[in-house]
Amino acid sequence: MRFTPSPQQRQFASSLHDLLGTSALDAARAWGRGDPAPGLALWRKLAGLGLFELALEDGGEGGPADLVVAFEELGRHAMPGPLIETAVAPLLLGEAPPGIVSIAAPLALDADIADLVLVIDGEFVHSAQPGALCESIDPARRLFEVVPTQRLRPASTQAYDLAALLCAAQLLGAGRALLELTVEHAKQRIQFGRPIGSFQAVKHRLAEVLIGLEFARPLLHAAAITLAPQDISAAKVRCGDAAQAAARAALQIHGAIAYTREYRASLWLAKTTALASAWGTRAHHIDRVLAAL
Amino acid sequence: MNLDLGDADRAFRSEVREWLRANVFHLPSVDTAEGFAAHREWERKLAAQRLSAVAWPVRYGGRDTSLLQWLIFEEEYYAAGAPVRVNQNGLFLLAPTLFAHGTDEQRDRVLPPIATAEQVWAQAWSEPGAGSDLAAIRSTARPVEGGFVLNGQKTWSSRAAFADRGFGLFRTGEHRHRGLTYLMFDLRAPGVTVRPIAQLNGETGFAEIFLDDVFVSSSDVIGGVGEGWRVAMSTASHERGLSLRSPGRFLASARRLVELWRSVGSPQPARDEVAEAWIGARAYHLHTLGTVTRLASGELLGVESSLAKVFWSELDAGLHECAMRLLGERAELRGEWSSGYLFSLAGPVYAGTNEIQKNVIAERLLGLPR
Repeated sequence: MRFTPSPQQRQFASSLHDLLGTSALDAARAWGRGDPAPGLALWRKLAGLGLFELALEDGGEGGPADLVVAFEELGRHAMPGPLIETAVAPLLLGEAPPGIVSIAAPLALDADIADLVLVIDGEFVHSAQPGALCESIDPARRLFEVVPTQRLRPASTQAYDLAALLCAAQLLGAGRALLELTVEHAKQRIQFGRPIGSFQAVKHRLAEVLIGLEFARPLLHAAAITLAPQDISAAKVRCGDAAQAAARAALQIHGAIAYTREYRASLWLAKTTALASAWGTRAHHIDRVLAAL
Repeated sequence: MNLDLGDADRAFRSEVREWLRANVFHLPSVDTAEGFAAHREWERKLAAQRLSAVAWPVRYGGRDTSLLQWLIFEEEYYAAGAPVRVNQNGLFLLAPTLFAHGTDEQRDRVLPPIATAEQVWAQAWSEPGAGSDLAAIRSTARPVEGGFVLNGQKTWSSRAAFADRGFGLFRTGEHRHRGLTYLMFDLRAPGVTVRPIAQLNGETGFAEIFLDDVFVSSSDVIGGVGEGWRVAMSTASHERGLSLRSPGRFLASARRLVELWRSVGSPQPARDEVAEAWIGARAYHLHTLGTVTRLASGELLGVESSLAKVFWSELDAGLHECAMRLLGERAELRGEWSSGYLFSLAGPVYAGTNEIQKNVIAERLLGLPR
């Protein structure tokens, strides 16, 4: 038993953190404006690290465990694009993805820039064409209706489970970013002649956010090891709850500035709201947990 | 990362499970004279199997197991519905303090009778004027020939009504923190008066301790005169974050909650709350496996233990609240769930209130200004 990320995994997370820096935030803004070029430049670097082939590795010490460590960083940096979809695509295709992959669930994220769009009808995976654009409250999530074109292969439930797991990891990362941002704000912002972070009402709220995140992460890591549906669902529920608690605390403690598009908190506030019900609603995942008890 | 148990861990689990299955039976409440004696006898049986303190060195009555095996013991213990640990103050508070700050003489003298419950210990920290503000302690230890003389009043001292000895902080100087000294004393010594206090559940789990010129030997100072605050804080981390409430307890409660929920029939209420309690218990278990991994690689358990303390106490209260809702009109009747519910309400208070823990988290983990 050794239940902490390995030195290699910590190194991987740290190199992603350096790679994404603040440029992912700029890329997310541009992506929302319909300019994917900066995001695609980062995407190519992520692909170069082998990120989108990790799902082909066996479970246990590598594969999914490396992926959740990476996706926490992707969420933390609000990296745009169909990251989850492309990362799980190997499980649907049986091979490395041919570039950017979008998957209808039921709407297909960024299908307009994808090299391959997939739709699953229960038994089979089909290729598809993007249809109408549907606006998300997260400008960096461009969702499309799809029209199936060709039956490809039998579907696998593993892809759905891995997608829910990576979605949980992204949520955890988004929650962490919101906490980091809000803690910095609470140290700087002066009201009544003191930093607002010195007030207990603010301290306790932020402490609760940290507790939520720190006790969601072990569920995420364990689910990456066992890949049991109830473990993945438990992780999705808790990472979603922790991220949403972080989002509400971030908005409340920042005040009006966080209720603007301009301020960078909006990138994660929108993402958190969107991802909380992506890849299975909370109620769906609660059902899966209860069914296994 | 992996969650695999080795062969030795699995064999240990089987041994503990088998022995508990053959030996656990229901005891009267630990907070009665009769129940206290029965629990002391139970501890003697555990000690005879070297199961009362498995992670301790063999010379003190343990098996020198890994912390992981201690967690496995705890899981099996609570899954088997085994009795509360009458000597938990000795096992989980005083012993870690002695391992970290005691002398060999103190360890040799004090630890073996803790393992066998020949000596049951009470904690004497809180005072009428010093609760969350623990450093406001006013009880004194005045130096005399060969030792100290204790005077003052301690309160909310769990188990003190029937225990043998106490340990706590006493003022040896004026400085708020550096004027405190950690001492062990005999609850039956001349000058000690113990007044039992009935708890919310009606039983005498608490006591006040009045100290009137009570002599203690210098050999009962832990960590040196004036070192009491440092000594107490270092082991408080251990208590809050790991030893006092191991995950096994909550895993067992969560399983019982799921059984209760199933027995309620269809349509089942409180679906979300039941799932959340189960997820919470698993989260605490897994988080602890991470802690144990870090401790095994030589890291120390520090202020992050405050995260765990808030988490397990809120988990326990939420889990029992859920059970009470499921029981409906019968919830108020005295029984396992209702007494567990009352006890769960104390969790956010003892071992450092959750408000104090959140201050610690905000200031020392998040770096917010004081």
